[in-house]
Amino acid sequence: MGRVLTYEEKDTWMHRLCGVTKFVFFLLWSMTSMMTYDTRILLVMVVLSIILYRTSRTRWRQVGAVFKFILLFLTINLIAIFFFSPGQGTKIYGTDTPLFHVVGPYVMNAEQLFYEFNVFLKYMTVVPAVFIFIVTTNPSEFAASLNRVGISYKFGYAFAIALRYIPDVQDDFRTIRNAQEARGIEMSKKAKLSSRIKNMAAIIFPLVFSSMDRIDVVSNAMELRGFGKNKKRTWYMARELKPLDYTVIIVTALASAVALFITYHDGNRFYNPFV
Amino acid sequence: MEPIISFSNFTFKYRTQVEPTLYDINLNIYPGEKVLIIGPSGSGKSTLAHCINGLVPFSYSGDITGEYSICGKDPKKMDIFGLSQMVGTVLQDTDGQFIGLTVAEDIAFALENDCVPGEEMKRKVDEVADTVHAKELLLNSPFALSGGQKQRVSMAGVLVDDVDILLFDEPLANLDPATGKTAIALIDEIHKTQKKTVLIIEHRLEDALYRDVDRIILVSEGRIVCDAKPDELLAGDLLREHGIREPLYVTALKHAGCTVTEDSHPAHIETLYTDLYKEKVKAWFESVSLPEKKPSSEEILSVSRLGFSYAPDKPVLKDVSFAIRRGEMTAIVGKNGAGKTTLSNLICGFLKPDAGEIFLEGKDITPLSVKERGEVVGLVMQNPNQMISKPMIYDEVALGLSVRGFPEEEIKERVYRVLKICGLYQFRNWPVGALSFGQKKRVTIASILVMDPKVIILDEPTAGQDYRHYTEIMEFLKYLNEGQGITILMITHDMHLMLEYTDRAIVLADGELLCDDKPARVLTDEALAQRAYLKKTSLYELADKCDIADPVMFTERFIYYERENHHGTSVNL
Repeated sequence: MGRVLTYEEKDTWMHRLCGVTKFVFFLLWSMTSMMTYDTRILLVMVVLSIILYRTSRTRWRQVGAVFKFILLFLTINLIAIFFFSPGQGTKIYGTDTPLFHVVGPYVMNAEQLFYEFNVFLKYMTVVPAVFIFIVTTNPSEFAASLNRVGISYKFGYAFAIALRYIPDVQDDFRTIRNAQEARGIEMSKKAKLSSRIKNMAAIIFPLVFSSMDRIDVVSNAMELRGFGKNKKRTWYMARELKPLDYTVIIVTALASAVALFITYHDGNRFYNPFV
Repeated sequence: MEPIISFSNFTFKYRTQVEPTLYDINLNIYPGEKVLIIGPSGSGKSTLAHCINGLVPFSYSGDITGEYSICGKDPKKMDIFGLSQMVGTVLQDTDGQFIGLTVAEDIAFALENDCVPGEEMKRKVDEVADTVHAKELLLNSPFALSGGQKQRVSMAGVLVDDVDILLFDEPLANLDPATGKTAIALIDEIHKTQKKTVLIIEHRLEDALYRDVDRIILVSEGRIVCDAKPDELLAGDLLREHGIREPLYVTALKHAGCTVTEDSHPAHIETLYTDLYKEKVKAWFESVSLPEKKPSSEEILSVSRLGFSYAPDKPVLKDVSFAIRRGEMTAIVGKNGAGKTTLSNLICGFLKPDAGEIFLEGKDITPLSVKERGEVVGLVMQNPNQMISKPMIYDEVALGLSVRGFPEEEIKERVYRVLKICGLYQFRNWPVGALSFGQKKRVTIASILVMDPKVIILDEPTAGQDYRHYTEIMEFLKYLNEGQGITILMITHDMHLMLEYTDRAIVLADGELLCDDKPARVLTDEALAQRAYLKKTSLYELADKCDIADPVMFTERFIYYERENHHGTSVNL
């Protein structure tokens, strides 16, 4: 059965990297993407993320559903930006080149369109990075890595166990949805969106309760086997950082520095094609 | 010898409760003993186990009076980690206790917490995996394992800590009968080779006694009511009095009017000495006559050449055909992963078959949606918490009708009628949270019944229930079946349930229909039982030992007699 956003064992160089390397990469990458509005850099990053996504051999079924969901929110976001501040583009780029009339007082201009295009690009750089990170990183190995860079193992383990429960909760969700659908709570596309959202409650309620049962059992199991006994712990899945890891970390750090330099060297973080 | 576990005048009360859960416990367990602790749900046997492994008082707090010691130490002066060094616990819910993503990590969990360095940890994990015969599983995900493999891995996770005491909390709860036998045999092997003190908490007495135990401790209403050798306990009447099911062969002997004595070694059917009982059992067998039950001829649900697979080369169901007649109570049995749940998912429309058809009252239901099928075939899931989605009982039961837009008046009338049938009418304005597990189960059954389905499918209706609750739920279903004419299909691996309550058993193994016959016949066929991971009933062996030529008939008559004389005919509504 297809599971969404779950670690899958594969043999690529990305899977062989230490969790901590991928985490550092992910942090630097998102930070760069968040700070820069330089379209050239964003475009390069989008191309890079597509290449990385390809080499990680991530399958569409692993991420497709979530990607569509994010696209939906991105669209809402972009529309909202336009209606709440239609003059943002002009404010940033200093010019006003009207393109077409939308509705009432709203006119779309080239600057606004370009600005929102940049926002869109930012999403497109970060989203694949998140996906790649989740589907190529063994959660326990990641927890081990976090612990090594000085983060409390309890925190790391909480994170790992959350990832480890994604498949369980998905299975629960599926069983509960089936049963509720049989009782007549329509969740398929036949129902209206509004009633689907309302009907969601009929699934969430039992899902929360059965997850609570789970938490109770697993926390007992962990305590009974000595979790939290010492300040430190060792890790069966711990991996040493290898030359490849150091290379990736150094290259990422340099690339981010360069990207930020290009972004900021002219005094602001926007690339302006209008002047 | 000093006892390894000792309780004297020990009383425990949970902080959230008014009355103590354990009263005046006096108990000594010596190093190397193997002790079975039995008792009905709510008897306090789990609390007693929690006192030993430290969940009481460290996770569940409360007031302790009296003295107790584990390995000569006072647990009150320790913490749960100190206790976990001495007592290893295998929890009932094997799925829930897996923490690691792979078997190896899960076994290593306790070592990781103990800061054991990498190399030594890997060596120890290999060693323990070897002890439980799980070495080839190390890189698998614990969730991809079969029930029996899961059990072995969870044992390894506890053994790795080199504890003195092993505590098994209902090890048989989620296992099919044959796997249960293997688990008991493995516990016995570990007990013998590793020289540990072993405590087993279980209410499935007959299965737990598959291998010898030194003593049985019977807990009821918070007190130890019996601490005796198995032979001694089985000879008396204490078990029945306290709602524990005796081994079937012992019950049969008692029905036949035999006085079961300790000397006849009733602990195992293999060792039972039957010379004294033979004549009485034979006479009883002759005296019970079975009424002919005429099955209705009308087919209500039938599947024809059904096939399904997730991956092309791994069929989950192959060419399965059968027909259920109106008013029947049928069991679908087979080991974990035999395709039972897939079959019910196909019938309900959650999955689409690759081949074959499903007919309801002669009509092909393939084009019907899940919702439309739900009006004629109701599914009750194993865990009521997975179904209940409204805080109030009335709303929960009304849900199926209100989403279908029935008028308020009709909903009220139908809900009240169903609540009365289910014995829940007096609770109609209660919140669901105030109900017991068995009552919640009834709420979920009521919420299905309210839609007037023609067939109800129940997934493991009695999983995790003790004998009293089991009887309560099953008698209720029998009442629905006989009194209300509802056709019932049950997915189960409980052999007692199938033997006692169903007219037919459909046996699945590896996705194929192995057999479709009377339960008594299925459970007396050695070869069949083995292929389907079932267990031959001990009644068969008893009949054999008493020179009764027709063990199938013996089993059928026993069940009939048992139903007529001991369960009573009506449910307490």
